[in-house]
Order: sequence, then structure tokens, then C-alpha cells
Amino acid sequence: MQDYQTQKPTVLEILNTHQAMPGNLLPILHGIQDTLGYIPPAAVVDIAKALNLSQAEVHGVISFYHYFRETPPGEHTIRICRAESCQAMNGKVLETHAKQQLGIDFHETTADGIFSLEPVYCLGNCACSPSITIDDEVMGRVTTEKFDRLLATYKGAK
Amino acid sequence: MSANNEIDYGTPASSSANQVTLEIDGHKVTVNAGSSVMRAAAEAGISIPKLCATDSLDPFGSCRMCLVQIEGARGYPASCTTPVAEGMKVCTQNDKLASIRRGIAELYISDHPLDCLTCAANGDCELQDTVGQVGLREVRYGFEGENHLDSEKDTSNPYFSFDPAKCIVCSRCVRACEEVQGTFALTIDGRGFDSKVSPGQNQPFMESECVSCGACVQACPTATLMEKAVIDNGVPEHSTITTCAYCGVGCSFKAEMKGEQLVRMVPDKNGQANHGHSCVKGRFAFGYATHKDRITTPMVREKISDPWREVSWEEAIGFAANKLKGIQAKYGKDSIGGITSSRCTNEETYLVQKLIRAGFGNNNVDTCARVCHSPTGYGLKSTFGESSGTQTFDSVMQSDVIMVIGANPTDGHPVFGSMMKRRLRQGAKLIVVDPRSIDLVSNSPHVKADYHLKLRPGTNVAVVTALAHVIVTEGLADEKFALERCDVESFGKWKTFVALPEHSPEAVAELTGVPAETMRAAARLYATGGNGAIYYGLGVTEHSQGSTTVIGIANLAMATGNIGRDGVGVNPLRGQNNVQGSCDMGSFPHEFVGYRHVSDSQTRMQFESAWGVTLSSEPGLRIPNMFGAAIDGSFKGLYVQGEDIAQSDPDITHVHHALRELECLVVQDIFLNETAKFAHVFLPGSSFLEKNGTFTNAERRISPVRKVMTPLGGKEDWEVTQDLSNALGYPMNYSHPSEIMDEIAALTPQFAGVSYEKIDEMGSIQWPCNDETPDGTPIMHADHFVRGKGRFMLTEYVATEERTSSKYPLILTTGRILSQYNVGAQTRRTENVAWHEEDRLELHPHDAEVLGISDGDWCGVKSRSGETVLRALITDRMQPGVVYTTFHFPHSGANVITTDNSDWATNCPEYKVTAVHVAKVAQPSAWQQEYQDFSDNQLSLLENRIAVNE
Ligand code: SF4
Ligand code: SF4
Ligand code: SF4
Ligand code: FES
Ligand code: FES
Repeated sequence: MQDYQTQKPTVLEILNTHQAMPGNLLPILHGIQDTLGYIPPAAVVDIAKALNLSQAEVHGVISFYHYFRETPPGEHTIRICRAESCQAMNGKVLETHAKQQLGIDFHETTADGIFSLEPVYCLGNCACSPSITIDDEVMGRVTTEKFDRLLATYKGAK
Repeated sequence: MSANNEIDYGTPASSSANQVTLEIDGHKVTVNAGSSVMRAAAEAGISIPKLCATDSLDPFGSCRMCLVQIEGARGYPASCTTPVAEGMKVCTQNDKLASIRRGIAELYISDHPLDCLTCAANGDCELQDTVGQVGLREVRYGFEGENHLDSEKDTSNPYFSFDPAKCIVCSRCVRACEEVQGTFALTIDGRGFDSKVSPGQNQPFMESECVSCGACVQACPTATLMEKAVIDNGVPEHSTITTCAYCGVGCSFKAEMKGEQLVRMVPDKNGQANHGHSCVKGRFAFGYATHKDRITTPMVREKISDPWREVSWEEAIGFAANKLKGIQAKYGKDSIGGITSSRCTNEETYLVQKLIRAGFGNNNVDTCARVCHSPTGYGLKSTFGESSGTQTFDSVMQSDVIMVIGANPTDGHPVFGSMMKRRLRQGAKLIVVDPRSIDLVSNSPHVKADYHLKLRPGTNVAVVTALAHVIVTEGLADEKFALERCDVESFGKWKTFVALPEHSPEAVAELTGVPAETMRAAARLYATGGNGAIYYGLGVTEHSQGSTTVIGIANLAMATGNIGRDGVGVNPLRGQNNVQGSCDMGSFPHEFVGYRHVSDSQTRMQFESAWGVTLSSEPGLRIPNMFGAAIDGSFKGLYVQGEDIAQSDPDITHVHHALRELECLVVQDIFLNETAKFAHVFLPGSSFLEKNGTFTNAERRISPVRKVMTPLGGKEDWEVTQDLSNALGYPMNYSHPSEIMDEIAALTPQFAGVSYEKIDEMGSIQWPCNDETPDGTPIMHADHFVRGKGRFMLTEYVATEERTSSKYPLILTTGRILSQYNVGAQTRRTENVAWHEEDRLELHPHDAEVLGISDGDWCGVKSRSGETVLRALITDRMQPGVVYTTFHFPHSGANVITTDNSDWATNCPEYKVTAVHVAKVAQPSAWQQEYQDFSDNQLSLLENRIAVNE
């Protein structure tokens, strides 16, 4: 993980552009995640101080929304759909397979920093279930074999 | 977990004056409007099962266990969140409700370890009670599914453990930390099934923002948050109400016992000072009371270089009496004296001063309040007519503007600090006048000072007078109040004085370091923002102009009409538990009980006839004069009860010199404290758990102190004083402290109505309590000032002689922190050292850089009086040019550097301003090395004491 000292100026700048009001916590968190890719736990101290909140309160909000992450994302983010249609088309098997292949659970990143895994609920691609996205690209009819091939491609592309 | 056998009404009481009548299970019930249905039922003796509700917190409505049926209403509303209404018909029990509740209980239990019989909370668990109450007998869901049963236990806090496997995620702990304590250290991490309680960012408690107040432990209905002492010793079986012996808040506690063993201290919901809240000291730090360092056998020695000799009580008392009599025979009646303690009870303090005045035959009695709040006594007595704060603590809940001057309530008076924070979160405005950025300024969640007057230490008077200048010149004074209630002539003179251009904010901005505009804005806010209340502490009194600032504060309150009702007033925050009481009890050399001068012959005659002796009309020696007289050879014997003058008094080398000159120093204490290292007679004291008596807190509240265990040394402190008096030939014959209180009541107008029966009946009483105010006086000066008309006094700023120079360029100021108490003799002997293991020198990053000091470096701190060495703590709480330390550890020697400058009126030492030179050093100072040698030697003399039966 990156040294927070190098990220601190960015965090302080985002804090500066928003008015220091507890109500601005969400926009601030989004701002930080959009810029840094995640919310470094060390940033919570500065966020809490600026908004006159406790660290626990800020942490509570971050952990409430699955969207926010506290570790840097991998180079590629894989999202696996867990909604009805995909579930019905063997999505669960794909999910287990993916976790096994990558050696991580949802909301985690592989040790080599290449992939992060996130759940998602319906990608509007139900006709081609089960669906996943890698970064912003939607892919359908993902069998376990297809998944492995995709992994290899993205790894190779590196 | 809540205290044993207490009714929990589920939701807080409603303060509404209107009443509502409803029907619950066929019974007519009348309650205050705004009560919850749950509370109404509880008041009628009907208990509705509940998990997430408790009466110290606002209802939350998450567990659904408390469902009821209400005629005409749809579904099953939660009784904790449903307010009562006139004519409502509620059913709390029927088959349908029972089955829903069982279903809910089953869900909780299916994710809960079923080890009730071996659980530390067995018999004291609300989940267990509730499950029993709803009649759950079997659990259909297996334990195979996902559950939390193997979550890891967090034992990082020394006093309580957190076992998430037992957590039902009711959020009571989270809400307690927010609503009651105001620290917001806990949150719910995640959501849904994954949700769990998280201290800070999912940290162990000790690494989080938690200050260990215990409110969450109190609120937890299960064994998730649990005192380690209960896990180790089992659930207590009986309890006694008593009062915390640490700070001037005077919190009421239930001492929960197993036989003679104190298992835990639980804050008392009915306590009128604390309403069920506590801080880490009173709640948990009582282990010192049975610490192995307690000395429980009397000891004597001829010279302080001799080893101690354990002797019987008779021999020790006889030894002391002979010595003291011998000294008086040789050097005269006035060659001995005594010091009373602000930590002992009112009765004990009264007895010591009586022994000195009647037994010693002089007025050489003083108390440690000399070194803290004597200027309060002087300043408030001269202006208002009574030496005490004007309000109850609760009054702050009606304040609109709160001004805190030279006090740090969240550390020094934590439970009151929490109440103040609650009021601030409700929207009251805050002005802080302090050289440091205390937590209230911006380091407490949801609380922020509107104005922080970060002044240079020693310029309080200039700032307070500048505030007065703005109020008068901008026409913001409450003329009507001042003219009606105050002495008109003094008001006029004062107005002319403060209006002088040299007192304007602009004129003193440079001197005080506070921007003129900030002073103006603060003055306007205080004068016009509604109910204005001032709270101040040692940062006001411990200065060469301490009394002047107190007077200045009183002037501000009178000029703005902020006196005599709820929400306003002038309130000293007293440091030690019984500072107010020890002052009330006639501990000063010039005053009898109730602040009456010894030269007032009518009062004196009253005491002479009650005590059967002739009393001196000459004020005796103050503490600093005793030291002076000891050094010049005219003062030779001293009796010190429960006070550590060799650590707490300023210019310690001078004090040590004086103590060495004494021919007989008698120390009565629970430990061989620093002073006892210079003593000839050591009389074992009793802790607050070992005696009966009363303490008086900062709001004049007299609260009971109750004996829950036999004194380890065999005697309560008042018995020892009585024995000494008898041995000296002045007979005393009390059989219980209540008789001492009766004598105090008979001799003191403010206490005329006080008795143990009355205290038992009311729980506690705020003096004055007499025929006019039989139930005591929460708010003083309501219709008229005690002295008749309030008196304005002029407050000329005189710079302290303690000035910075090229040789001593920085100003040192001193203070205290939450986990430690005063000289630390008690807290250092508890697990509280986990939070503060040494005193540090705080300095601003800028100064640190100039001096080449990094965090943790050893710094030599040198003043005109002496030198010591402390480790550096670099923080931007400080302002450049000002350094700060605490004095909880004797070897820190903070008082080696403080000077003997003192308040002009009362000799209260100027602890808060010392010019110093700071440099990086490699080793402890010469004083520290010398003192370490002396102290080691004394400890070996104690170690090698000659035992009693050898
Ligand atoms: S002990 Fe007090 S400060 Fe710590 S988490 Fe519990 S309620 Fe909050
Ligand atoms: S720790 Fe106790 S109070 Fe807090 S959520 Fe769990 S069971 Fe409730
Ligand atoms: S606030 Fe003071 S009186 Fe109350 S528990 Fe803490 S130390 Fe004791
Ligand atoms: S359910 Fe998976 S894409 Fe719609
Ligand atoms: S007690 Fe009412 S919902 Fe929990």
C-alpha cells in the first residue's frame, strides 16, 4: 500500500474544496475514492478532524456502503453479478470458482495487485447470464472456462 | 451491564408538566406526557420484554422485542418508540405477542453461544432475562449456518473486555458512547448480517478513541462488554451507595461487593451530580485501595535517617503527642500546626482543624486548597458574599452561551464535561479562554468553540477586563439588574474603570496575544446570547493575579445579569473531591467553619463555649509561612492528614528544606507518600471505602461516603485524630461521624439543617441548608446576593514578576489529564498508567524545531528556581513560546521549576506561569538524581522497618 504521506495533500485538498460540514461526508468520501481509487484508513483521521466527527463515525459510514473500499483496487476490477437471473444460470458456481482461482473473497484484491473482486446486482445483461464486468466491459455467458481464459488474457496484457 | 437490582424503565423520564392517563392491561396509569408506552408500563410495574431500550438512552426501536397491541392501531407497534396518548388502551401480553416475541428471541439465540451457566454475566444478563420472560424453550435454527460464534475477544482495555460472539448488535453501546459520554468512539461496522460493533476503525478498544468511561459497559445488556473484575470474581451480591473520591464532580456510585471485596463501582442512576455516568477514574481506578503499598501498621522514628519502627497505635499516638507537647514547651505554643486534606471527609477535616485550634491552641491550620482554589474563596466572597460556585451542574443544560476559562472539563471533570458537551451538541455556544487548544476547542466530535481566546499565560486579568470594556462601552450591560441587585456606587466606578481606553481589546491585543476582534465578538456573544454561564478552573486561580481574575469574572456575570437563575452563574470547577468541603470546614488559618473570621468575637465566643476552651483571635500561619518559619527555626512540628505537600507544592526544593528542619512531622496517609519520606510518625490512613463521612462537591452538594470494608489499618481517619487529641490532653469523644456533622450543623448557619438522616432521605443536599431553605439551595443569589448587594471591584492588570527573558525565553504552564489524578498517588497504583505512564513536556512544533528537539527527546527544563528533565511531546495544541506539563509523577519534578510567586490576596501559588529555558539533554537533572537517591534510601528504610513483634 502507498505511504499515506504522499496521498495526504490530495485528501486535504478534497477536504478544502468541500465545506467542512458533517453533511458533506459522502461527497468527500466519493471525491477521495474517485481520485485515489480507495479511502486510505489513515485518511480517516484527517476527515474526522476536518468535519468534527469521530474516526468511528467516519469508519461506520465507509463500512456501511459496500461501494467504498479501504484497500487500493487491483489494476482490474472484476464484478460478478449476484442477482436472480445470473443466480439461476449457475452464477453461484462461477462466484465460487472465481474466488478460488483468485484466492480472494469479495471486496479483496489479489496479492499481486492485479485483480479486485466485487459483487454487483444485475448488469442489465440478463439475457446472457451469468454476467460479469471487467473494468467497464460487460461480458455474458461466462462459464468457468471462459472466466479462466479472461483471467489469462488480462494477466498477459499486463 | 446495569447495576444489580435496579428497575430499568426502558426510556428516559419525560420532563413534561402535563399528565396523560391511559390503560395498560386493564390498569389505569397516569404518567407525564411524552413518556413512552414502555416507560408508562414500567412505572405501573408492568415489565415489557426489551433488548435495545434502556432508560439512559433515547429509544431506537431496532430489536422489535417490545411489541404491544394498541386498540385501534394497526399492527404491533414498538412500545419503546410509541408515545402515550390520552385514553390509549394497550395490551402487553397475549398469545400472538408471545409468539412473535419468541420468534425474535429464537433468532437472537440461534447466533449466541449457549454457555449461560459458565458465562460471567450469568444471573445478570438482560438477554437471558428476556429470553426467559418470553418463554423460549427450544431453538429451531441450528448453529451450522453462518454465525459469529468464533469472533475474537478484545481484552486490550485493562478494565473491561469485548467478546463479540455474545453481541446482539443492539447498538446500546454505540448510543451510550454518543449520547451519554459524547466521545463517539464506537460505530456499527458494515450492515445486515455482517454488522458488528467497531471501536474506532475496527481497532482494539485501547487503540481507538475510547476514553474508558464505562458507559458502554453499563449499557450493554449481555456479557459482550463486561468488567474484567466481574469475569474474575463473579457477580457481586450486595451494594452500598457512596461517593467517588477523585474529583470535584463528586459522582455517586454503587459499590458492588462480594463480602468485603469490592468487585465493581457502578455509577448510580439516582446520583444528582452524575445521573448514572462516570469516568475512568471513579468507575475503574479503585485498585489502589487494596494495593500492596498500603501501609497498615503505625510507624515511628527519631530521625529521618533512621529505619522505621512498627509500633502499636497507642505507642504511635503517644510518641506523636509527646513530641508535639515537647516542642510547644520548648519553642512556644505557636511552633506547631497542621494541614487538612481536600481528599478527606468533611468530618475528618473539621476534626483536624478543631484539634489544632482547641488542642494545639493556635490557628496554624491550612489546607491544600491554598494551592488551588483559595482565590475563588476570596474573589467570590468579596463580590457575591459566599465562597462558592453559584449553580448546580444540571444548570448547564439551560445555558445558551458557555464560557470556559482556564479549565479543561473533559479531562479534569469528565462527567460534567460530558454533560456540557451534550448541551453544546444541542446548540449552546462556546467560548474558550485558554493558552492551549483543549479538547473542547475542536477535538470533541460535534462540539466546536465559537471563539477560542488563546491568550498568553498570565494575562487573564487583561482579557477579562477587555471583555468588560466591550460590554460597557457598547452598551451591552444589563443596567436594570446591576442597579437593582448590586451596589450602585461600585457599579458606577467599575464602569468608568473598565471603559478606560487602556482596557480596550485593541490596547491589550498585543499583550494578551488575542486578536481584538475575537475579544469583542466573544464579549458580545456572552452579553447578548441568552443565558451565559462561566466555568473556570485552576488556569484562573493559580496565578499571581488569581483573585483578581475571579473578581473580574464575578463582575462580568453581575454586569450582564447572568446570576441567580438556572443556566447562568459563576462556577469554579474544583480539582479534588472535597476542596469545597475542606474550605467550608474551617481549614484556613483565619476562618472558622462557614468562612467566619477568627477575629470576630461573637463567632469565637460561640466556638469557645461549644469547645470548652479559649481560642486565639490571631490568624495562624498559611502553608508557605509554615515553610518559611520552619526554615528560620520558629516552627518545629506539623501534623499532615492525607496531603502530599512534598510533591504538590511549588518550589519543591524549598519545601523539602523546610520539612527537613522539622523536629516532628506526623503524616497520616494510606501510602508512604513523598511527604512521609520526611516524617517521624506515620499513622495509617483509611481509604474512602473504609470510612463513613461526607464529601462536598463543586456545586456545594454534600454526599454520603460509606464504609464498605473494615479499615486496613484498623481505624477510620477521624478516630486517629480523636486519639491524638485525647493524648494531647484535649478530650474528644465521638462514636460516629454523624455526631461530628451534628456539631458542625449546630455551629454553622449554612449547615444548620444538615444531618445524616436528612442526607439519607434526600440522597444529597446542596448547602446552604437551614430553616429558610430546608431542602438546600441549588441556585445561589436567586433573589438577592448573600452579601446583600453584589459588589463590583476594580481589576487592574499587573504583570507577573515571572517574565520571560533571553535566559528564560519560554513560558511553562501546568495542568492535568483524564486518566491520572493530582499527585497520582492513587492513579499511579492502578491500571490507569496504561494511558499515561509519564509526565511529558508539550511544546509547539515551531519551538521544537528551533531548539532541535524531536518527539520523545529528553529536555532539560530550567527556571529561576530549579531544573528538571522531561521527555518531549510535540503538538500543535500549544502556541509557540508556551510549553506545558502535568505533575502526576514525583520524579518529574514539575514543581522543582515552579516558583514561589503567588496570588497577592491568598498566596495561592503561580503554578501556571514560569519562565523557563528548554534544551535537549542526555540525562536526568542533578535534582532528579539527588531526589532519586533520597527516595531510594527512604524506601529501603521502609523496607527494612523493624516489625512490630520483634
Ligand atoms: S468506555 Fe466510554 S468512551 Fe469508551 S467506548 Fe465505551 S462509552 Fe465510549
Ligand atoms: S456490545 Fe452489547 S450493547 Fe453493544 S451492540 Fe453488542 S450487545 Fe448491544
Ligand atoms: S468525574 Fe470525578 S467524581 Fe465522577 S467518576 Fe470521574 S473522578 Fe469520580
Ligand atoms: S441478473 Fe445478472 S445481469 Fe441481470
Ligand atoms: S426495546 Fe423496543 S424495539 Fe428494542
